[in-house]
Amino acid sequence: MTTTDIRTSGASGGGVAGHQAGPPRAARPGRPRARLARARSGLHTLVFLAPMLIVFGVFSWLPIGRAVVMSFQRTNLVTDPVFVGFANFQQVFADPQLWTAIQNTGYFALLALLFGYPVPLVAAVLMSEVRKARGLFSALAYLPVVVPPVVAVLLWKLFYDAGEDGVFNTILGWFGLGPVAWLQDADVVMPSLVLEATWAAAGGTVIIYLAALVGVDPSLYEAAEIDGAGVWRKLWHITLPQLRGVLLITFILQIIGTAQVFLEPFLFTDGGPANRTLTLLLLIYRYAFTNSLGGDYGAAAALSLMLAVVLAAFSMLYFRLTRKWSS
Amino acid sequence: MAAQTTTDRGLLAPTDRKRASVRWSTRLLHGLLLAILAVAGLGPMLWLAKAAVTPTQDTLRHPMALWPNGIDLANLAEAWTRVEIDKYFFNTIALAAGSWAVQLLVAATGGYALAVLRPRLGRYLSGAVLATLFVPSVVLLVPLYLTILDPPVVGTSMLNTFWAVWLPAGANAFNVLLMQRFFANLPREVFEAARVDGAGPYRLFWSIVLPMSRPVIGVVSVFAVIASWKDFLWPMLVLPDPALQPLSVRLPALQQFVELDVFLAALAISSLIPIALFLVFQRLFLSSAGLGGAVKG
Repeated sequence: MTTTDIRTSGASGGGVAGHQAGPPRAARPGRPRARLARARSGLHTLVFLAPMLIVFGVFSWLPIGRAVVMSFQRTNLVTDPVFVGFANFQQVFADPQLWTAIQNTGYFALLALLFGYPVPLVAAVLMSEVRKARGLFSALAYLPVVVPPVVAVLLWKLFYDAGEDGVFNTILGWFGLGPVAWLQDADVVMPSLVLEATWAAAGGTVIIYLAALVGVDPSLYEAAEIDGAGVWRKLWHITLPQLRGVLLITFILQIIGTAQVFLEPFLFTDGGPANRTLTLLLLIYRYAFTNSLGGDYGAAAALSLMLAVVLAAFSMLYFRLTRKWSS
Repeated sequence: MAAQTTTDRGLLAPTDRKRASVRWSTRLLHGLLLAILAVAGLGPMLWLAKAAVTPTQDTLRHPMALWPNGIDLANLAEAWTRVEIDKYFFNTIALAAGSWAVQLLVAATGGYALAVLRPRLGRYLSGAVLATLFVPSVVLLVPLYLTILDPPVVGTSMLNTFWAVWLPAGANAFNVLLMQRFFANLPREVFEAARVDGAGPYRLFWSIVLPMSRPVIGVVSVFAVIASWKDFLWPMLVLPDPALQPLSVRLPALQQFVELDVFLAALAISSLIPIALFLVFQRLFLSSAGLGGAVKG
């Protein structure tokens, strides 16, 4: 595996010719030749590995390591970084906004579960019984998922117009209700954000459930019917237990996703009114990129790291589950 | 998966379906569901399509009315030319195309090396790639930004270049693992036969493995293009120059100095390509989505 080996292999003639002569000669017990072939194949392998090694190295592995180091440093890009121990963490914990952000993110995640968890399940169970034009149902459900999220948020921002002539308020007006200050009322703003986020994401979950429902073994239903089970009992005792794995997976994915919610609070309200929609990611963003004193990268890295450790636990769980269920 | 081979049935038994009460209640429920899906899924986009060709005052005063004062097609042209949506549109396409190319290159070559060439330390490499799946994207935000400002080897900042979006997009563990798993499941006899016929690792990759891998390449491509089209925070950070920004980053800023009707036309134009792609490749989209939705990170 030394460089000389590689050089001699290059000098010994064209690669393809050497390979063509391979099978009969390989039968001969020639040790140096085998080592030579291995060196050359090692070089070829390295050529194929290079894009992955470079891209992952520079843009994934290195930054991950750097994230850990940075959270213990004071960095401002001008002077050399200084190690400050746990000062960044202390600073983050002393920030009263942290607790606001944790509460808001938790509230967002909770509402997203309440809105977004049962709806796709009910829709998918109903859709799995559709015999004609199921594709139409799936396409309609999935359409919001392909709408660019920024477009969706900006569009919904118009729908949420607080005036009587706002889109949603006009519709409420037909029933003699409203108007509602969707994004200005401190008690309504978070449900408004979650409603849009659910609209944008539910279709993907529906498709996942639908794929799982098709995979339920029909003989289970047949066996239950012989025992005299009705639709509801089959649903409760067969369908839902069979979906257990997928339900847990979407639950974990949703937690990981909602804990990192950024787009909705950033574009709808920029954290307002009165920090009622300030989420953890928005706080990290503000630490790093909108600080008037220059980026407080250390605090941002420290908070990211803490959030990541919590979420990584969920990811591990997710991975173990998918592996268990896919094998 | 044995579902199709035995009988094509689900929760409801074939005998259930013959009962009038069951038949009518499922019909009713399905009709209701279809109506809800149409209103919720299609409704907002139809409203956007309508508003894109409606004068501002009509949209503001009677948002739910259908063209009380006629259609204004000029909105679309004005958005495209005067607001320079065309420029941001092509930026978006360039970003998506580059991200797609880098992701495909990294995933295909990396997956091939790990699954077919099997280097000695391959297991550890796979592990290192897999490990990045557990790292939520939030962790990368700040250090990756600093890497873009001061990249190793290159020396000069990549800020305000498309590379700042393209290259990090390639570090996608999900793609590599998807490709690796697919390649590993290809019949190895084919590889052996090709080797006997004198194909080296490059021939094997280009003429045998890639042509056999159309399905997985399709899945990765859909994920890559859609993810790039959706991306907002990262391009906003690394492309502060408005002339280089994609639609997603530019639209929120445009809202402040563009008339509402033209702005809505711009929103409609921005949604056009993803929706068209979805309608054309529906099956691919839905089967990819059913894959477990494991792309979120």
